[in-house]
Amino acid sequence: MSVTLDGSSTHVDSGNPPDHSTATPLVVRDLTVAYQRKPVLWDVSFELPRGKLVGVIGPNGAGKSTLIKAVLDLVPSASGQVLVFGKPYRKNRHRVGYVPQRESVDWDFPVSAVDVVAMGLYGRIGWCRPVTRKYRQLALAALARVGIAELANRQISHLSGGQQQRTFLARALVQNADLYLMDEPFAAVDAATERAIVEILHELRRAGKTMVVVHHDLQTVPEYFDHVILLNMRVVAAGATRDVFTNENLQKTYGGKLTLLDQAAEAMRREGAPSG
Amino acid sequence: MTSVRRRLAIALITIAVTCPSLAIAAPGAGPAAAEHRSITDRSVDWPTWHQWRRVLLLQDYNTRVVLLGTTLLGLAAGAVGNFTLLRKRALMGDALSHATLPGVGLAFVLVTLAGGDGKSLPLLLAGAAVTGMLGLAAILFIRNATRLKEDAALGIVLSVFFGAGVAVLGVAQQMKTGHAAGLEAFIYGKAASMGALDAELIGIAALIAAVVCVLLFKELRLLCFDEAFAGSRGYPVFVLDAVLMILVVMVTLIGLQAVGLILMVALLVVPAAAARFWTERMSTMAAISAAIGAASALVGAAMSALFPRLPSGAMIVLVATCAFLLSMFLGTERGVVVRTVRGRRLRKKIHRDHLLRALYEVLEARAAAEPVAGGEQAAPVTVAELASARSWNPGQLGRLIRFADARGLVRTDHEGRVRLTPEGYRAAVKVTYDHRLWELFLTHYADIAPSQVDRGADAIEHVLDADMIAELESLLPDHEQEKPVPPSLHPTQAAASPATN
Repeated sequence: MSVTLDGSSTHVDSGNPPDHSTATPLVVRDLTVAYQRKPVLWDVSFELPRGKLVGVIGPNGAGKSTLIKAVLDLVPSASGQVLVFGKPYRKNRHRVGYVPQRESVDWDFPVSAVDVVAMGLYGRIGWCRPVTRKYRQLALAALARVGIAELANRQISHLSGGQQQRTFLARALVQNADLYLMDEPFAAVDAATERAIVEILHELRRAGKTMVVVHHDLQTVPEYFDHVILLNMRVVAAGATRDVFTNENLQKTYGGKLTLLDQAAEAMRREGAPSG
Repeated sequence: MTSVRRRLAIALITIAVTCPSLAIAAPGAGPAAAEHRSITDRSVDWPTWHQWRRVLLLQDYNTRVVLLGTTLLGLAAGAVGNFTLLRKRALMGDALSHATLPGVGLAFVLVTLAGGDGKSLPLLLAGAAVTGMLGLAAILFIRNATRLKEDAALGIVLSVFFGAGVAVLGVAQQMKTGHAAGLEAFIYGKAASMGALDAELIGIAALIAAVVCVLLFKELRLLCFDEAFAGSRGYPVFVLDAVLMILVVMVTLIGLQAVGLILMVALLVVPAAAARFWTERMSTMAAISAAIGAASALVGAAMSALFPRLPSGAMIVLVATCAFLLSMFLGTERGVVVRTVRGRRLRKKIHRDHLLRALYEVLEARAAAEPVAGGEQAAPVTVAELASARSWNPGQLGRLIRFADARGLVRTDHEGRVRLTPEGYRAAVKVTYDHRLWELFLTHYADIAPSQVDRGADAIEHVLDADMIAELESLLPDHEQEKPVPPSLHPTQAAASPATN
């Protein structure tokens, strides 16, 4: 089962060397990932169009984070193929920015916000070389972009949750990638940070970047995302939000886990805002 | 500015490390110390003045060699330990050092059987390296192949390898050829047995470890902080981890002779843990950790030279522990004292803000009743009015008012009534404004009932910084311009219970 997100004819012809500027940002074909004996992703296939904001939606344990990690080669895939701008990830690493889940690191670590952002530049700096002033300036500029330049030298445990998330976002921005993979950037952040992040995502979209965002708040999905991938171990549906983000598909994705409250909120939203 | 503070911290540590050792040395220097009053045969003879001088002035070539070797060892252990601590692998070093014992014993037995010098340090260390690595491999295997957690794997490997080592040493001691006595120095550490060649070996290995730490500092920091991100950027996480483990192996091996395998883990963990109290920057932490490691090893080995019957490993670890205790209490970033002072300051500020807000709310309630005199010109507030505004006990309120008076925020008249000074009035407006901002914010965005907001906001407003306040202001609807503070969301206690007099 293969789902093309925008229904257009963008596809990668493996016969010809793909052109960098027009190659599809992300193609996933029949991706299967298993931890120990338990399969987490089954035959996941989709293609992402360029310059879109794509939400990955699904219940807990649906494999949303695993999908991102499999694309990044962080977990081994049992089978399947992932192409980033027409090549395997390891060949196009520099074109991909990654924002891991905020809880995945120890925020008590003795580094400052600007130190963390500079980590996004390590690849460019090269092995065994120190972070020079030039790279520090780049990191500071990225922090300014996410609106926390004045916190650059603060140790990261003294940042609020939203500021920590912005720091992670700045670390991805500093890479100046073409495809961004973000794991729950909106989880437990304040309203101001949520709006700041959305603004940056829109800015990136205007610049023609593609973003894949793991998201858990169903209410904001139609507002934020052009496309969605509904995931529950397999792709339930993928495509333009207005076509795919339907009650029926949500029911299939979440099954019994979609609470009555969510359904009610969803129904109300739909009646109140028909524009989608 | 920071570099001055950093240097100050390092200087403090050095002093702190050297002082207790002198303090310990001083009181025993009576005539009684010369007699033998031992309970065990590990009796400690107080060194003569002549011995003190020989050691402290580095008059013996041997002492110089031993002290230099152990200092370099301490430096390397402190630097490497910094990374293992932050990688949360501190105990790996312990399992590894215990796993070296069978290697030491086996190397001795095999070399002796082959007719060689069973006590050649390089050969013994080679044996130690082999079983040490085997121990590491066993831990990784148990962790990855079974569902046992890492602590269980560590416990199993540590005890099994150490037990095997004790058994092998038993065999070695019963061998007719060779002379196994002294091998147990590897268990407790005996710096005095170090020769010039050994010190050279230790020095070279320590230097290599230190250089690798400096060169790969950036990469190892990324590994310790965010393994997944490092992997996504193409860094070979497994190789970096292996490099870190090899560094630990190197440091452990060269530390076997001076510190001993039981206590080696202390030199890897304690300096790094102590350094964390002084700084929030990893590079500074590494430098301080290396400095504490070097100083502890130096002082500990010197003490062991003065008291030849005390094992150097124990001395080094005790000195390091002194440095740790001092850091824990006096550390300038996370020390207990600094944290207590900070906590006190915050509590004081909270109390002060409560008083100011209570005063403001009393004035506000009055102005609502009879809108003539508001602000700082208003009539003074009585203690009874204040007491009804908040659940204070009288003594507490009295202390609070005296405190605010001393700060020039309020003036108390001869009847004990309180009046805000101009400065106090400005502060009260700001405190109340921030407080209500939070209340509004929470009700707008967190769906918390207004009656529940007050307590939550009380704690938060004291830690708000200026830009967060600006951020909140932009979110909120404009309030009436002539009032300095938007109205409270709920009836304030001051308004609900007007003063009785």
